[in-house]
Amino acid sequence: MLSEAEKPTAEFLDVAIWRGNAKRGVFHSYKVPQLENQTILDVVSYVQRHIEPKLTYRFACRVGMCGSCAMMVNGRPMWTCRTHVDRAMRGIMRGNPLTIEPLRNLPVIKDLACDMSGFFEKWTRAEGRFHPTRTRSEAIEAISPDSDARKAANEAIECINCAVCYAACDAVTGNKHYLGPAALNRAWTLINDQRDGGRNLRLSAVSGKGGCHNCHSQQSCSNYCPNELNPTMSITGLKRETTKAALKREI
Amino acid sequence: MGKLLIKPHRQHPLWLAFILHRLSGLGLAIFLPVHFYVLGLALNDQAGLDRFLHWSDNPLVRFAEFGLVFLLAVHFFGGLRLLALEFLPWSPRQKTYAALAVATSFFVTCAFWLNAV
Ligand code: SF4
Ligand code: SF4
Ligand code: FES
Repeated sequence: MLSEAEKPTAEFLDVAIWRGNAKRGVFHSYKVPQLENQTILDVVSYVQRHIEPKLTYRFACRVGMCGSCAMMVNGRPMWTCRTHVDRAMRGIMRGNPLTIEPLRNLPVIKDLACDMSGFFEKWTRAEGRFHPTRTRSEAIEAISPDSDARKAANEAIECINCAVCYAACDAVTGNKHYLGPAALNRAWTLINDQRDGGRNLRLSAVSGKGGCHNCHSQQSCSNYCPNELNPTMSITGLKRETTKAALKREI
Repeated sequence: MGKLLIKPHRQHPLWLAFILHRLSGLGLAIFLPVHFYVLGLALNDQAGLDRFLHWSDNPLVRFAEFGLVFLLAVHFFGGLRLLALEFLPWSPRQKTYAALAVATSFFVTCAFWLNAV
């Protein structure tokens, strides 16, 4: 019986996983048995269970619902639970390892786990909170699913806070105050919520320092969002609404 | 894991359209002072202008002119694309528009070239 390390390399995947902390880190190489059907998260889990028990990473649902497993895979941000190894290796030259790193634009806690608190704080700063206009004793307002505002909200609403877009965005890299695609996309859904009463408050919040006008429309966010949302479209909506409101001196 | 010229997360058509717009803008900005300098020559220094025009007959300089026209065209059409993106209702055909902007710029540059030779 051959030991793990002696098995023919053809059946093994060369994996380079970034390990370190907030200050420094390096890539560590591992050999992971290749399976026909294997996600990046399977690879990371294999390394943690069989080779490196101290490897730190996050996941929960494994099916693209919770938004906790995102990492940089071969330099691109993605959900590791919904990305198969063959897809991630497409376009990668033979002989190069599969590289797995923590998300960009977020401070590392350890290995593949980032500190998401700054990312969530920006949601709050973008006034990503619903401001009710009725109390529970009043009747629920009927919203027509066919109204333009509701359609606009629907297009942007399926966000699961995974920060893939945030890691893809170079405007975030260049400006630590920039609210980023996810928070601005959230603000846009609320701008289009007819039941919400915080419109002007929100328009001010997203047009100040670090607001929507910092976006360069590079569309990396929309390119990588695994839910196929389009934060750039939401941000251009905010740019127009904030400009109109400023011209009318509402904000 | 060697250093790549364009990092993987940037390797998509719309980022390339962004960088083309940025670099063409920079190129034009660098060119502008020269442009004004020559305009100044035309006004104040006839002999200097003639010397310059003679120099600019040089095939290499002629060739560089097409580059300049391309920069201008690509920045102009790319700029139109950005204005449409920011101010008109969203269209899902962003990649098509970026490609169109580049194609039109090539077309304009070629037309200029055919006219010039
Ligand atoms: S379109 Fe705007 S938010 Fe999206 S990646 Fe580019 S700069 Fe960031
Ligand atoms: S917009 Fe998309 S990529 Fe960004 S946090 Fe939401 S689900 Fe993730
Ligand atoms: S583990 Fe939940 S989205 Fe990947």
